[in-house]
Amino acid sequence: MTVTTDDSIAVPPRAVHDEMVAFAIMTVLLAIVPLTGIYPFFVMQALCFALLGCAFNLLIGYGGLLSFGHAMFLGTAGYVTGHALKVWGLPPELGILVGTAASAALAVITGVVAIRRQGIYFAMITLALSQLLYFIYVQVPFTHGEDGIQGIPQGYLFGIFNLSNATILYYVVLVGFLFGFLLIFRTINSPFGEVLKAIRENEPRAISLGYKTDQYKLLAYILSGTLAGFAGALKVFVAQNASLTDVEVAMSGQIVLMTLVGGLGTVFGPVVGAFVIVAMQQYLSGLGQWVTVIQGSIFVICVLTFRRGVIGEIAHFFRRSL
Amino acid sequence: MPDLKMADAAARPAANSPAAAPVLSVSNLQAWYGESHILHGVDFNVKAGEVVTLLGRNGAGKTSTLKSVMGIIGKRTGSVAFNGQEIIRAHSDRIARMGVAFCPEERGIFASLDVRENLLLPPIVREGGLSLDQIFDLFPNLKERLNSQGTKLSGGEQQMLAIARILRTGARFLMLDEPTEGLAPVIIQQIGQTIARLKKEGFTILLVEQNFRFAATVADRYYIVEHGKVIDGFANADLQANMDKLHTYLGV
Amino acid sequence: MQALYAQLLVGLINGSFYALLSLGLAVIFGMLNIINFAHGALYMMGAFVAYFLLNIFGIGYWPALIIAPIVVGIFGMILERTMLQWLAGLDHLYGLLLTFGLALVIQGVFQNYFGSSGLPYSIPDELKGGMNLGFMYLPIYRGWVVVFSLVVCFATWFLIEKTRLGAYLRAATENPTLVRAFGVNVPRMITLTYGLGVGLAALAGVLSAPINQVRPLMGENVIIVVFAVVVIGGMGSIMGSIITGFTLGVVEGLTKYFYPEASNTVVFVLMVLVLLVKPTGLTGRAA
Repeated sequence: MTVTTDDSIAVPPRAVHDEMVAFAIMTVLLAIVPLTGIYPFFVMQALCFALLGCAFNLLIGYGGLLSFGHAMFLGTAGYVTGHALKVWGLPPELGILVGTAASAALAVITGVVAIRRQGIYFAMITLALSQLLYFIYVQVPFTHGEDGIQGIPQGYLFGIFNLSNATILYYVVLVGFLFGFLLIFRTINSPFGEVLKAIRENEPRAISLGYKTDQYKLLAYILSGTLAGFAGALKVFVAQNASLTDVEVAMSGQIVLMTLVGGLGTVFGPVVGAFVIVAMQQYLSGLGQWVTVIQGSIFVICVLTFRRGVIGEIAHFFRRSL
Repeated sequence: MPDLKMADAAARPAANSPAAAPVLSVSNLQAWYGESHILHGVDFNVKAGEVVTLLGRNGAGKTSTLKSVMGIIGKRTGSVAFNGQEIIRAHSDRIARMGVAFCPEERGIFASLDVRENLLLPPIVREGGLSLDQIFDLFPNLKERLNSQGTKLSGGEQQMLAIARILRTGARFLMLDEPTEGLAPVIIQQIGQTIARLKKEGFTILLVEQNFRFAATVADRYYIVEHGKVIDGFANADLQANMDKLHTYLGV
Repeated sequence: MQALYAQLLVGLINGSFYALLSLGLAVIFGMLNIINFAHGALYMMGAFVAYFLLNIFGIGYWPALIIAPIVVGIFGMILERTMLQWLAGLDHLYGLLLTFGLALVIQGVFQNYFGSSGLPYSIPDELKGGMNLGFMYLPIYRGWVVVFSLVVCFATWFLIEKTRLGAYLRAATENPTLVRAFGVNVPRMITLTYGLGVGLAALAGVLSAPINQVRPLMGENVIIVVFAVVVIGGMGSIMGSIITGFTLGVVEGLTKYFYPEASNTVVFVLMVLVLLVKPTGLTGRAA
């Protein structure tokens, strides 16, 4: 993906002011959730996936790299954090730290291998790497294979906040999400972000200007993987388990799908997409395998006719940046 | 000299008949490549049996004009009529099958094909195309190199091959984009002779050239292209009279 | 020792499927610049068509070897004409996303009607039984699969590299605009090429049915391994895909004998190694 003509993945032009307004609205809406009757567990799950989607989106929307294996970061952090909390008895904050660090390490290792190729090859490599990790996790004892790690304790964050309390847990997850979201926001608005954008739009030119583009892409990848891991670590407290489902290809596919539906390359797209997909999983769970068919159809329809995604279309229509 | 006469002599157009409509008639041709507007209204025509040359600086729009006629540029508006038929909306394969042959600037020799496969690739679109023997008479080097990989040929040989393969198709209207670019003087001379021969046999040729001294050896008429428009045109007879203009336009 | 040869045979058989599938994938990628994620699902469809032919129409294995690839090939061509064609000018990643979605749809539909368990498909009578070779016992059907796959792979290679028709395919892969400007109906060629690639996948499915049973998920895991095969071999050459496919199947088989825990992952590990040493893959041509 080098030139942003009509045939590359469409990324709308940015206007930070619009986005800050939208951010404020989003924060307020999310903050009042426990006061409404909405089931907080559902929203927490959506928030974790939203952060996951944002991390993924950082890589594709700004780095131009489609990772088809992002589940490996979600799952790795989940397993490590779960193990740390349940077996090592670490307090929540350290559990999150350890899980996120594990994902970061994984991102470094896989990044060094995967960045060597571009575009489609990069997607296939990340897919194969995550499959490699999947098979490892099937066999390695600490994951408990098909059963997964169950009954992970929630504990007291910083010794004070009782994470077994749904409302407290909700605000902790919300803060975590907002932190990750703002970090990404800051990154794409920094000089680093500008270079990434230049690389995405015209890599040969960026190289000729002296930028070591591989290093920038690798950094974006590591950041993306680390934040995805952070989302995975948070999710452990919500779901209280870590299983193979989180490392499957299907999960990577869901991550791609939610970002596609929400809008690749938009700031808020992954958030909306995450809520849509999680809602779908909740309300359509009775339909069995038809959910797969529906999700596949959404992929097809989005790629053919709805490439900008929900937020992308809204942004385009109102000529705003979202 | 081997005979290049076409099997169907009646197919050869009566070049000097005043009533004969132009083989190619282009009017207000505009074209876009992605977002950029590259042709802003090109007007010219080519009559049967003529060799018409488009002259102009780099980036003037000469190649884009050929590509627009061939139908391989993205968006085009205006009118392009070939033998009276409007082809502005047509796809390139249909245009080729109507008898238009294109030899691109980069020659387009396929690396994954050998010389023989390259030569035989363009399908026959009309009766009366050159036979392989006739082609080898015109371009003897090709016969020796039939099994070589296409791109292993020298620049001059690749140019010969690019021209040879479209002669086989039976198309009578040829568009040649900078056939002498980057070639040695000896080869350039050969190509000039080939074009002269083709003209004698009744082919109609639209030539794009930056080397107007070469063009002068074969052309009947010239058009000057600048900034995506045709800004001037004159016959070969008036070439000397227009030398100053040429120097200005082409910056030589 | 018997076990080693038995495992080698399994490796060769898997290698046959890897070769047939990566060949189809490479041919499609060359012409359409799309990574056909649906390849695994279409392989599965080939097996199912054979199953339907037998159980609904009473049509046996031998006709199925021809009918199934044609049926699935036509289905693939319809997909290409109605959907893939629209992606022609876009970023290649959209092709990956679209075919991924198609794979989910196809697989999901079959899973809904047939669940996750396997349906039986018996070995045709002519190929039943086995031969005692001394150093091992060779089931005839399995030997047939390897031999037939080699023949099909070679025939495809010959068609593409040595025939006039193949010349059109190679030329259109290199420069489709110019080929079209010579008067060749390139869009139709593209559709037919997709059909060919898909047909090869379906053929592999029919071959696989008596061995691996007919299951909706049979394509899902194979396709990811085939992706790794393709990354290792590089998609530049037909012969490269074939050789890499067979070789990696054998390597997998040997790994299963010597170090079974790694058999699922050895192809991926090799992929990582190749990427570190030669990112463009073993046959070298860049993406």
